[in-house]
Amino acid sequence: MGEAIVITSGKGGVGKTTTSANIGTALALQGKKVCMVDTDIGLRNLDVVMGLENRIIYDLIDVAEGRCRLAQALVKDKRFDELYMLPAAQTKDKHAISPESVKDIVLELKKDFEFVIIDCPAGIEQGFKNAVAGADKAIVVTTPENAAVRDADRIIGLLENERIESPKLVINRIRANMVKKGEMLDIDEICSVLAIDLLGIVPDDEYVIKAANMGEPTVMNPSSRAAIAYRNIARRMLGDTVPLMPMEEKPGVMRKLKKFIGIG
Amino acid sequence: MCMTAVKHHVTIKGVKDGLVFLLDDACEFDEVMKELQHKLEKTHQKILTGPIIHVYIKLGSRRATEEEKEQIREVIGQKGNLLIQSIESAEEDPASDLVNLSDVKLLKGIVRSGQTLTQEGNILFLGDINPGGTIVSSGSIYIMGSLRGMAHAGVDGDEKAVIAASHLRPTQLRIASIISRPPDEWGINDAFMEYAYVKEGKMEIDKIHQLHKLEMKH
Repeated sequence: MGEAIVITSGKGGVGKTTTSANIGTALALQGKKVCMVDTDIGLRNLDVVMGLENRIIYDLIDVAEGRCRLAQALVKDKRFDELYMLPAAQTKDKHAISPESVKDIVLELKKDFEFVIIDCPAGIEQGFKNAVAGADKAIVVTTPENAAVRDADRIIGLLENERIESPKLVINRIRANMVKKGEMLDIDEICSVLAIDLLGIVPDDEYVIKAANMGEPTVMNPSSRAAIAYRNIARRMLGDTVPLMPMEEKPGVMRKLKKFIGIG
Repeated sequence: MCMTAVKHHVTIKGVKDGLVFLLDDACEFDEVMKELQHKLEKTHQKILTGPIIHVYIKLGSRRATEEEKEQIREVIGQKGNLLIQSIESAEEDPASDLVNLSDVKLLKGIVRSGQTLTQEGNILFLGDINPGGTIVSSGSIYIMGSLRGMAHAGVDGDEKAVIAASHLRPTQLRIASIISRPPDEWGINDAFMEYAYVKEGKMEIDKIHQLHKLEMKH
């Protein structure tokens, strides 16, 4: 029996789908059998980020309403044999499915997969309730902004009411130079407010946008700093001890030289 | 009806802006309620007609529970023109004014955004109140942890209530009906080991080691 992990944030646009896609792919890179479930019904994105949009035949609602078998709706990834995705319906809305049916589907998936990664929609209403219904664990994504941290805090409070283990935190889109200047919330500050375990930090990396537009998960490109961050997150989920990445990029030759002669 | 012949448990007095109901503190609460109802319905019906009258309830040294207060509100509230302004007990004698540990309720946890913790009496809270979270009590609030959200002490009107925290950085503080927005109104302190209290109708902040002086003044 595998485990189901919901990726959630409360606030929209902090990178839930990107995080889901990359954690799912990173786990597959580690040789795990993974299924990603998009529960953002009516606004599905996971398939686009994964570049699998054109392979969708059935979706989550079709499974819930018995128009197809679960196995028929699963979309196999083009890169990995053991990575699958269950897409959300695009034509319905979040009321088209109940938390109970999501729970049944997730339970079914857990029999076949080691990890079921559930991409949660923004908000705290029906869509959120659907997404968390079948989850054993949760990963809360936030960015170093007050509003995102506030919403993450609200979500953690709501998760405490569910039968879910203490959630883990991913802080996304950190800009080292802004943190250094004190213009962005720093990691310690966020962790002390939210008071949950930190699973990883992901630096702000333009490549993430480029990769999403290409339908290629960032994590496939080892020269991207965000990719390394996601790989580290996956390794921590598998029980490895991986230190947090240093926030700054390695100084280039010119920076070193400037520092050496005292003008950097 | 001969109930009015016995000792009065309810005395109604007129003041400048309304009526004061003095409820006897030496008898059973039920008796007081019975007489209150009787007076309103049978002997003092004349005050029930006419414009809205503000009513102040004084309980003497009785410590009424929320339920009992609710009963009072119900009985008086059912008469259209009586508007309850306050329900107060007399101050305790100074000796018992010092925080008695047995009066303090110990609570633990994290109050997160969107959550509200409500308690009667004095609270000692071990943990953080996060931004968007609220802690409310009828007495004082002492927090071992960070207060980053909202705290409302003395919610029933007790201006002697205080709010103390190891890290006092609230979004807003309320004591009784006095509201304060910290950063705008207090200037920037280091925010550690501080408490808020009401002095002459205004909220003031001081270091926790000054708290005993305030207790003595009462």
